[in-house]
Amino acid sequence: MPALFFLIPLIGVITLNLPFRKLMKKTAFWFAAVLFIFQIVLVSSHRTSFWGTGLVQGSFFNVNFYVDHLTLIMLFSISIVSLASLLVARAMISDENKRFNFINLLITAAIGMNGIVMVKDIFSLYVFLEVAAVSAFIMITINKDKPALEGAFKYILLSAIATIMMLSSIGLLLLIAGDTSFGAISAAISSSPQSMLVKLAMAIFLCGLFIKGGLIPFHGWLPDAYSAAAAPASVLLAGIVTKVSGIYTLIRIVTSLFGFTPAVSKVLLLIGAASIVIGAFAALGQKDLKRMLAYSSISQVGYIIIGFGTGSVLGVTGAVFHLFNHAIFKSLLFVNAAAVEKEAGTVDMDRLGGLSQTMPITGTTSAIAFLSTSGIPPLAGFWSKVIIIIALWQAGYIAYAAVAVLTSVLTAAYLITMQRKAFFGNIAPGLERTKEAPLAICVASIILAAVTVGVGVFFPFVFNNFIMPVKEILIK
Amino acid sequence: MEANNIQLFSIFGIFIVMLFIAGLYCILMTRNMMRALIGLEILTKAVTVLLILAGYVTGNMAFAQSIVITLIIIEVVVIAITAGVILSIYRHTNSLDRSTIRDLKG
Amino acid sequence: MTIDLILLVMMTIAALWAVMARSLLKAAIALAVTSAVVTIIMFRLASPLAAVFELSVCTGLITAIFVSAISLTRPLTHAQTIAMSKNKFRRYWYLPVIMVIAAAALFLLKIKVDVPLPQVLAIDDVRNIMWNLRQLDMYGQIVLILAGSFGIVILFRESDKDGS
Repeated sequence: MPALFFLIPLIGVITLNLPFRKLMKKTAFWFAAVLFIFQIVLVSSHRTSFWGTGLVQGSFFNVNFYVDHLTLIMLFSISIVSLASLLVARAMISDENKRFNFINLLITAAIGMNGIVMVKDIFSLYVFLEVAAVSAFIMITINKDKPALEGAFKYILLSAIATIMMLSSIGLLLLIAGDTSFGAISAAISSSPQSMLVKLAMAIFLCGLFIKGGLIPFHGWLPDAYSAAAAPASVLLAGIVTKVSGIYTLIRIVTSLFGFTPAVSKVLLLIGAASIVIGAFAALGQKDLKRMLAYSSISQVGYIIIGFGTGSVLGVTGAVFHLFNHAIFKSLLFVNAAAVEKEAGTVDMDRLGGLSQTMPITGTTSAIAFLSTSGIPPLAGFWSKVIIIIALWQAGYIAYAAVAVLTSVLTAAYLITMQRKAFFGNIAPGLERTKEAPLAICVASIILAAVTVGVGVFFPFVFNNFIMPVKEILIK
Repeated sequence: MEANNIQLFSIFGIFIVMLFIAGLYCILMTRNMMRALIGLEILTKAVTVLLILAGYVTGNMAFAQSIVITLIIIEVVVIAITAGVILSIYRHTNSLDRSTIRDLKG
Repeated sequence: MTIDLILLVMMTIAALWAVMARSLLKAAIALAVTSAVVTIIMFRLASPLAAVFELSVCTGLITAIFVSAISLTRPLTHAQTIAMSKNKFRRYWYLPVIMVIAAAALFLLKIKVDVPLPQVLAIDDVRNIMWNLRQLDMYGQIVLILAGSFGIVILFRESDKDGS
């Protein structure tokens, strides 16, 4: 029944736009909330037999979706981050029409991402990538202010170049395999591994994915798009859209199409290490809170790539675990940034200070997210980083392991700077009258913080039951 | 048949690569946002020809056509959205110059 | 083969014109010409249905979008155009040179297709493939068009409070 994740939101977004729009505008928020909670519940109460069956066979909806453990983790992250973004939108977008449009786009983006994680066909993957990307472009520009439009334009341009690269690679693979399904392509690649054409197709495709994921030599668009986007859109974009369309796709394509050749591993390790180091140093020098979080995001994605680059079971599971953790705590940090933006009216860290006194919930959850990001036990971020570092050590990449450990200290440094400037200490002049953020934002941050703490505390249970089975993607 | 097709592919391939170079050069060199969009269109044209060619060479025309039709629909939506973004920027700045975008850097 | 070569050269020249044309309007028209030539190439590669789409959507609809967007933005004055085009000429005259060098390099290197090409023998109908085999893409398109229509509602509506 995996098709439900596609069909229910699609029918939902169509019903939202039927003639009785007046009524729908009022209920749209609850409608979308029920949709995302339904997805969370369905994914977390998974029974294996349920995912294997199709919808009524031979019916009008005759498509093939596939679900494995990696897909389940991604579906869970998609629904929880979308829910957070929805709650932030309720608090931050006051105009009713705008909010209605935003909720519609949020649902289409969720359909696109659900599609990306469930397809097993390289061209359908492209179609859903475009669905998610187009929804994201429009969500960034929802307020139509100048920086957001310009950030969106940069994002559109680079993302379009990335999809053109993927499409040319699809063209070459179609030439080689005669079909676009994962099975046919991987068979064709493994039958002629030394071909220049295959190598060219791989190189172009990986380049496109690096642009989409905002990794280091191709990261030009990411800080602008993240920091200029409307607050709820930046939660969704930073939390899940780039992770699904860049990083998840990379993991899926490398494991099920190209395989871990030594060249692929080397490139991934190099790009991952560069992203970790340069992202962290760039984050250190930022004054704008959202911009700093964007660079920190590049650095954390580097950890995922470097762990994945080892190609070992431990490395890949660690990478997937960090992908999940990063989606949760980065969206938590962006939710907090939205709360600060709403109440203090600025995200310039020089003008903030002492907000913990007036905004206790935001201050506490932000501290949890920062501890998790910089890898302090027993929070979730600690475990995934430790697994990645052990995997690097075991695979013999000792220099890379050292880079990962040392940059972890740097991560703690810039996040402590952020906390000290924004939340701790004496309250900055002019901010004495700030209140706690609206209820919706508090609910979002409490949910995300609870997930981070819960995954960290119940780490053995979560890791054995949900993360470890992901290793099945390594066995073709 | 096969040798003929491979020759056909390599001749078309040269022109497709030329089209790619033209589109990329246009996007990288211009400061006018509308022209960047035109460069994007040229890149898409190149990809369209590549997909059709791949279908023709492998005798898989029907499959390639159905893919290209989907691609064209997606292309229109993306171009329309991008044109909308450019027009909205124009309403703010009264210029199509992309150099104004640089004031986001920092 | 000769006809194909002529068409390919025409396509490349039209694309070059689109990049180098002085006024945006001419560039948009050159793009339409490129697209029309691509249509003929597609027709010659035995893909008539996709060619029809290319002709009606890319040559027609996209040119219309471009022309209306260009006419909604204020064109430059004559003096500005001349100043721009001098500057532009300096920046763009490398392009044909680069393209010719790249083509010559590719021709001399004789990049080979070094994999056995699969020959798909089943001659299937396009409609059958689209509606049965690639049904998922169709649903994806529906969602994309929905998202795009929200975008057009948001982006093209004149903003009530003028930001500038």
